[in-house]
Amino acid sequence: MATPIETKLKDSAAAAGLALVLSIPFIGLHTISTDQGLVVESRWSWVAWAVGLVFIGRLLLGFARDALAARAASRPKKQAKPVAAGEPTLAARLTRAFMAVALLFAVTLPFMPYSDRYIIDLGTTVLIYILLALGLNVTVGLAGLLDLGFVAFYAIGAYSFALLSKFFGLDFWVCLPLSGLIAALFGALLSLPILRLRGDYLAIVTLGFGEITRIVILNWQSLTGGPNGVSGIPRPGLFGLSFDRRPPEGMGSFHELTGIDFSGEHRLMFLYLIVLALVCLVAWVINRLRALPVGRAWEALREDEIACRSLGINPTASKVSAYAIGGMMGGFAGCFFAARQGFVSPESFGFIESALILAIVVLGGMGSQVGVVIAALFIVMLPELGREFADYRMIVFGLAMITIMVWRPGGLLSTRVPTVKLDQKGA
Amino acid sequence: MSEPLLNVTGLTMRFGGLVAVDGVNLSADTGRITALIGPNGAGKTTIFNCLTGFYKPTSGELSLAHPTRGKVSLQTLPGYQVARHGVVRTFQNIRLFPRMTVLENLLVAQHVGLMRKSVLGVAGLLGLKGWRTAQRDAIERARFWINRLDLGAVANEEAGNLSYGVQRRVEIARAMNTDPLLLCLDEPAAGLNPRETAALGELLQGIRAEFGIGILLIEHDMKLVMGISDHIHVVEYGRKIAEGTPEQIRTDERVIKAYLGEPDEEELPPAVAADIADVAGEGDRV
Repeated sequence: MATPIETKLKDSAAAAGLALVLSIPFIGLHTISTDQGLVVESRWSWVAWAVGLVFIGRLLLGFARDALAARAASRPKKQAKPVAAGEPTLAARLTRAFMAVALLFAVTLPFMPYSDRYIIDLGTTVLIYILLALGLNVTVGLAGLLDLGFVAFYAIGAYSFALLSKFFGLDFWVCLPLSGLIAALFGALLSLPILRLRGDYLAIVTLGFGEITRIVILNWQSLTGGPNGVSGIPRPGLFGLSFDRRPPEGMGSFHELTGIDFSGEHRLMFLYLIVLALVCLVAWVINRLRALPVGRAWEALREDEIACRSLGINPTASKVSAYAIGGMMGGFAGCFFAARQGFVSPESFGFIESALILAIVVLGGMGSQVGVVIAALFIVMLPELGREFADYRMIVFGLAMITIMVWRPGGLLSTRVPTVKLDQKGA
Repeated sequence: MSEPLLNVTGLTMRFGGLVAVDGVNLSADTGRITALIGPNGAGKTTIFNCLTGFYKPTSGELSLAHPTRGKVSLQTLPGYQVARHGVVRTFQNIRLFPRMTVLENLLVAQHVGLMRKSVLGVAGLLGLKGWRTAQRDAIERARFWINRLDLGAVANEEAGNLSYGVQRRVEIARAMNTDPLLLCLDEPAAGLNPRETAALGELLQGIRAEFGIGILLIEHDMKLVMGISDHIHVVEYGRKIAEGTPEQIRTDERVIKAYLGEPDEEELPPAVAADIADVAGEGDRV
């Protein structure tokens, strides 16, 4: 639909006005340090350029939109081909193919000749975020319960391992399930006070939970070491084999037993493979849960809580289980994080982490696991790739996020895949 | 005479100073269609909300004669438990799970039984045989209702994308998938065209005949109510003003007065009365 030129001009003028307001403080005023101290200089010509560019850009955008709309209108509408039930759609097949390739790539990544310390480390970080986002996806994406304090479970998982190993000498493999269980317990506890809340109120309480957890960790010096954190967390071993050059007392070492030359990278590769296995396990479990009564009740709860009650589903049980299972996944991620870093401190668990994980879930398309994987890759990798932009990389990051949300408001993969299909035999 | 399936005595619901329902007695029995009618704002939906566990009544006894669990006082149960005892409702403004398929909607309705069979998800997670059988049975039961309500073509569609009339049928199919003793329908014909309304009447009579369950119906479409009901209760201003067979209600002075305000020389046909009541407003939403 073409808009008249006056509308376009008005629109562009408004955009230019906004640009003027914003650019006066950001571009127009400029501080330079001189011998006399800091001096403010004005750059009004720059402001004029910025405003002019925005005006012209906005005008061109309007024309481009009209041209696109005209082309779309002239093209005959494609009839949607009826899809035989039981046969996967093209999108479903593509998704599956993508996942297979991605998994193959992920498994072989550490053994590739181009893989160095940096790539494996980055891969590990991406996988940790995938793990966290898969967990949050249970609460937010499936059960539709907002959680702005998800980082609390991450922190609880990390500190569970750190403290259990410090005080009881337990190793990673024992602590992994324990951390998950402890985080799940806290998830269930959190869910109790917020059973009756929804929307904004829910957001505030969960936000508070995240902050309370961090502040308790920060101030409970005798237990958590406060801001100094906990260090000396043992590295995970492989069936009692250590990846250190000099294994701790009573442990064999990987490089001695296998006869492979010692390399610090082996430990990184091993950590990478652990978290990859964890991600696969968690993704499989959640995918399985979706098609079980538990998971269906979560989705039904997201869709309509009142209808759930009218069918005999206990909404309390659904909420508690959604927070507990989501929290458990966060706990696993935390436990792994502690093992990887060898050190935990409250600094790693700020609100920004919660926001980042939530951004991954929303960007991926709420409820979509494949979407979460793609979004995690995107959100963790983008700031890395943008390192050349130095100071501007967060602007580029924000711009990319806005572009995606304009282009796909429902997230990257917003179509929901049904958990079960009815084949039409005898229908 | 044996105890009816549902026996309501002295049901009162007060919201602050407002008495929405005032000492209503009514009953509904298996194999019968009982209708609850009255002008808008009379308290019909409030009665439904009390019956189905959405409101805790201020006072009154809601007694369900459960075939295996004996006599159950519904007002003492937590809300979601009412449906587990076989009293299941639909909503005036349809409440499906819009982003789930029709089949999934029907499977959610079988949640309680399936949850037990999946042993809180553990057996299901491991894919044990008992769970697989239970799941297959659940799908077959859903398939039965999908075919019965002629939903085969849309079984794999998201419920939110369907037309209004089809969504009504899905909601009834979903309620039937819980295996109810008493099906409570809140204005099932609202928004349906005359042909769809007639089909709905046949469907309800079919369900009554075939499954012998009780049906409790709130409805404004007098043609439907008079055509299929075995027994009718009329409420006005939260009080019951009449009950009886369709013939008795049709000629009841108080009912005509409630619908038309002033008694008239000529008796208006009930369908017109319903239309007048409809125009009066949409006061009693859930």
